[in-house]
Amino acid sequence: MSEGSWLLWGVLPYVVLAVFIGGTVWRYRYDRFGWTTRSSQLYESRLLRIASPVFHFGILVVIVGHVIGLLIPESWTRAAGLSDTAYHVVALGLGLVAGVCTLAGISLLIWRRRTVGPVFSATTRNDKLMYLVLVTAILAGLATTLLSGIGELTGRPQTDYRQTVSVWFRSIWVLRPDVEAMSAAATSFKVHVLTGLALFALFPFTRLVHAFSAPVGYLFRPYIVYRTRDTGTAAARRPVPRGW
Amino acid sequence: MAEQRRPVGRVMAQVAMVMNLDKCIGCHTCSVTCKQAWTNRTGVEYVWFNNVETRPGQGYPRRYEDQETWQGGWRRTRGGRLRLRSGGRLRKLATIFANPRLPSLQDYYEPWTYDYENLMTAPLGDDMPVAEPRSLITGRPTSITWSANWDDDLGGGPDLTASDPVVQRLGDRIKLDFERTFMFYLPRICEHCLNPSCVASCPSGAMYKRAEDGIVLVDQDRCRGWRMCVTGCPYKKVYFNHKTGKAEKCTLCYPRVEVGMPTVCSETCVGRLRYLGVVLYDVDRVGAAAAVPDPRDLYESQLDVLLDPADPEVRRAAARDGIPPHWIEAAVRSPVHQLISRFRVALPLHPEYRTMPMVWYIPPLSPVVDALGETGHDGEDVGNLFGAIDTLRIPVEYLAELFTAGDPEPVTAALRRLAAMRSHMRAVNLGEPPDPGIAESVGFDAEEIQRMYRLLAIAKYDERYVIPTAYGVDDADRGVIEEIGCSLDYDGGPGMSPVNHSAGLGEASGRTTPATVENFHALRVRQSSDRRGDLSGRVNLLNWDGNGRPRGLFPDRGDDSPKERS
Ligand code: HEM
Ligand code: SF4
Ligand code: SF4
Repeated sequence: MSEGSWLLWGVLPYVVLAVFIGGTVWRYRYDRFGWTTRSSQLYESRLLRIASPVFHFGILVVIVGHVIGLLIPESWTRAAGLSDTAYHVVALGLGLVAGVCTLAGISLLIWRRRTVGPVFSATTRNDKLMYLVLVTAILAGLATTLLSGIGELTGRPQTDYRQTVSVWFRSIWVLRPDVEAMSAAATSFKVHVLTGLALFALFPFTRLVHAFSAPVGYLFRPYIVYRTRDTGTAAARRPVPRGW
Repeated sequence: MAEQRRPVGRVMAQVAMVMNLDKCIGCHTCSVTCKQAWTNRTGVEYVWFNNVETRPGQGYPRRYEDQETWQGGWRRTRGGRLRLRSGGRLRKLATIFANPRLPSLQDYYEPWTYDYENLMTAPLGDDMPVAEPRSLITGRPTSITWSANWDDDLGGGPDLTASDPVVQRLGDRIKLDFERTFMFYLPRICEHCLNPSCVASCPSGAMYKRAEDGIVLVDQDRCRGWRMCVTGCPYKKVYFNHKTGKAEKCTLCYPRVEVGMPTVCSETCVGRLRYLGVVLYDVDRVGAAAAVPDPRDLYESQLDVLLDPADPEVRRAAARDGIPPHWIEAAVRSPVHQLISRFRVALPLHPEYRTMPMVWYIPPLSPVVDALGETGHDGEDVGNLFGAIDTLRIPVEYLAELFTAGDPEPVTAALRRLAAMRSHMRAVNLGEPPDPGIAESVGFDAEEIQRMYRLLAIAKYDERYVIPTAYGVDDADRGVIEEIGCSLDYDGGPGMSPVNHSAGLGEASGRTTPATVENFHALRVRQSSDRRGDLSGRVNLLNWDGNGRPRGLFPDRGDDSPKERS
């Protein structure tokens, strides 16, 4: 096991984790005002109405897929009566569809950003870097899916990520990083993991933080929100009615 | 036998406004001063918290009243419940990635400036250099084709009238021939609704109605830019700041209202047609009142939600619910309460949106008077006026579509009261004994009609604006503005530091001091102390009262002697 592997798969994940969590906390405390989608719909709606939902539905499925693939060991799915082949077919199929949606969506989004004047003027350098890393990560991810698919079909399967990447991923959380497992993964997976790490390190400092505030609370709160002017005065002692 | 009375539910107070449309001259002073105070910044160039529309006309943004398209406000389901017209909670979340009903910048207008530089730098030539328009969005040359009051004073013209959603609703009943057109101005701000659909549409819960005074605000630190409120508001009075990516709206000038000052639009109104005051209402009744089956009943049901602050039972309930005594007293003296509930001349704008709007309008009698004048009849004779109100269907039906969901009855009643006042006061002014029948015909006596006249015609500043200071500040503090502090003065808040610093996380990240906050502090210093305001580091000419020379107005020269510059 080389020192390089140790740094990449044993140390880097923790650095990224620290940046990701620390950065998010810092941003939330320091820059709540900048925490927004910075929607560009006011400038352009026609393309966005297609591109944004396609991209978002795609990326959300991709995220769910990652969570399942990385966190749930093979033994569990087998125990649930799902054969490995069935799992792979479903995962590859769904992954491919979601990945293509994501890629198509983000391509259209970027094209829109570049060609629609007002949207382009509102694009910051931060946005450009974010798009670069995000697109690389998506492309690398799709490549792994395609390569595994080709491997399955040609009968020369790659090393299964569920025995390499996933094992390593789970080992990170128990603070005993399984560097060997990750080192054994195919190169395409390594590239995808590295771009993924870059994305996580960048995440808290970009507009992507909007994903953290996905407004699920909306489903459970009353429609009308009442708030008192501030605390510490008589007003604060006044009961605020719950809206309907 | 005493009538069986409903018990008074939870009492809340609302700072409400009334505008007397007869007096609006369409000067746009209110819009301009509001803009100077609040939206004189990048990202909100197209934002008019206050705008003045010529009616009939399209309004701003264009055709905002067409709820078939924009889906603002509430709708009543068959089961009698209220649903957001643009869809319930799940639907909102499912369409969050691209809002299907968001007006585009083209529905407002693309803001612009002029290339003044060219006036100075153009080479010497035969032609006068011109300052060409430049888009404030892209910086590119643009052609100006539309803006917030583009069709100002063109009301009634056949083209514009035909695209007015209100006219379209009247359909064939309204005749567009020029002889019978009419026009008036409609100044609009946020309605600070009792049942605000903007608040209900906000997925983050960043929008809220203040429990003390009913002002509807956007918490800038909690807004995440989901831009659903813009769709939710049927009056299109929530705007999206395209630079900061956050929603902004009329604040009813809360920093001023908290210290007992009227809003900027009211303070500067040339026609002195705006009234501000407190109304008390029963929150428990709001939901049911907004859901009455027939939209034409909404005006009455909205009146029914308001409480009479002189009623001892209401006063007891108000005190029980924590409303301070000086607020209850202010509600008794409130000009707004008088015009809405006692004289019943003020009507809500588009009650059919079911948001229970709290900016009320006294409908204009002038279209009727003008029409009479044109036919050579005496426009101050009560018989003529009553007759004209009854026969001039077009203005009345149009006003009814605006103010009472199409029911001409309350509009006619309000106009008759104004007409009666007009005739009664003419007699008084001419030294004739007024005919008591005139007042009686609209359910008033002479004294009451004169009281209404006083409020509408000669009320002074402190009668037009009866605004109690914010809760937690007793009357002894009134005027001592420092005691109250700015609501933005929380730790690390924008009110704390006058320095701009950007976090570098994209545009507008980090804390900045909005010009509005700076203006507020400067005004506060100027009004409450005898030293000159210090605008550390930044020169904002809006705050310069012309006295002395603010530091930084001219670059530092190092010494005092003026040097020639070439
Ligand atoms: C469930 C959580 C999420 C919600 C509710 C959400 C919602 C939104 C909304 C409302 C916009 C603004 C669209 C506009 O009007 O311009 C947006 C933009 C964007 N979102 Fe998300 N998002 C979520 C998760 C994500 C995730 C996980 C990613 C990627 C990792 C992502 C990447 C983006 C990007 C790149 C844009 C900018 C699109 C553009 O204008 O070019 N979002 N999102
Ligand atoms: S008028 Fe004001 S309070 Fe009413 S829905 Fe619109 S923004 Fe909200
Ligand atoms: S300042 Fe007064 S008179 Fe002038 S447009 Fe505004 S509301 Fe009308």
